[in-house]
Amino acid sequence: MHSAPNIRKYVMIGVALLVFTAITVAANQLHFAVPLAITVALIIAITKGSMVAAVFMHLSNEKKWIYGALLLTVVFFLVLLSVPMFTTMDTIGTPIHTVHSEGGH
Amino acid sequence: MNIPYTVEERPDTGLANGKLGIWLFLASEVMLFGALFSTYIILRTGAVEWPHGELNVWLGAGNTVILISSSVTMVLAWASLKMKEWAKHRMYLIGTFLLAAWFLVNKYFEYSDHLRRGEGPSHSTFLAIYYTLTGLHGLHILGGMIVMAYFIGPGAKLWKSNADQFTNRIEYTGLYWHFVDLVWIFLFPVLYLL
Repeated sequence: MHSAPNIRKYVMIGVALLVFTAITVAANQLHFAVPLAITVALIIAITKGSMVAAVFMHLSNEKKWIYGALLLTVVFFLVLLSVPMFTTMDTIGTPIHTVHSEGGH
Repeated sequence: MNIPYTVEERPDTGLANGKLGIWLFLASEVMLFGALFSTYIILRTGAVEWPHGELNVWLGAGNTVILISSSVTMVLAWASLKMKEWAKHRMYLIGTFLLAAWFLVNKYFEYSDHLRRGEGPSHSTFLAIYYTLTGLHGLHILGGMIVMAYFIGPGAKLWKSNADQFTNRIEYTGLYWHFVDLVWIFLFPVLYLL
């Protein structure tokens, strides 16, 4: 399946990952507002992660069983990451007087 | 007894057993680190204030460069085997091992510096999740180093008796190693920059 490894491609991806790391650190020195800083850092991290997965881990050219297993993983991972949202949808941990004042008492 | 499908692909999955096995293991690892990232989000969004600039960004960035470089040497170690270049494979695999060791040495100095200033895991919520995430990641680095040491040492003799099986083993080790690199790619901005 991977009969002719492309050495040049691996090295180029490695260089690109190092450049993206430098961009991440440089962006941090600009002291963006927190929401923008989080967005920029995560976009770069997702780009770098995708490059590692697609090229180094050969996910750009794999068998359907592996894609199937990873699709299930992504679904459960998203459920896991959405758990924090549910914690903001109830009043557990909120002081009673705050709940009352929000209710108009 | 010989374990089947270590080299040839199973007719039903189209994969060697080890390949599917390592991917299922990595899927479980995604859930393990995912749970901790989820914990981080809960702690951070629930905190009144969150510390910024407590960690040495340059040391973290240096470790990122080290791990990315180790991913390159790891994939080259596998590619060298595919091209039947044993000497190059040895050089790249030993290089990966040394880069991993360098990462842990940096981490040791980083931890030591914090602990000397009394900044242990119980010092703050941030440091508690920092030590948990980076400690677990560090254990994964150590685990990868043990596997690499085996293939540099006693495990290397398999190359002479079954080159294809040895190449597959290095590929699976590489998949694990790239995953460890991938986790750090997210840990670095989350803990050091944001």
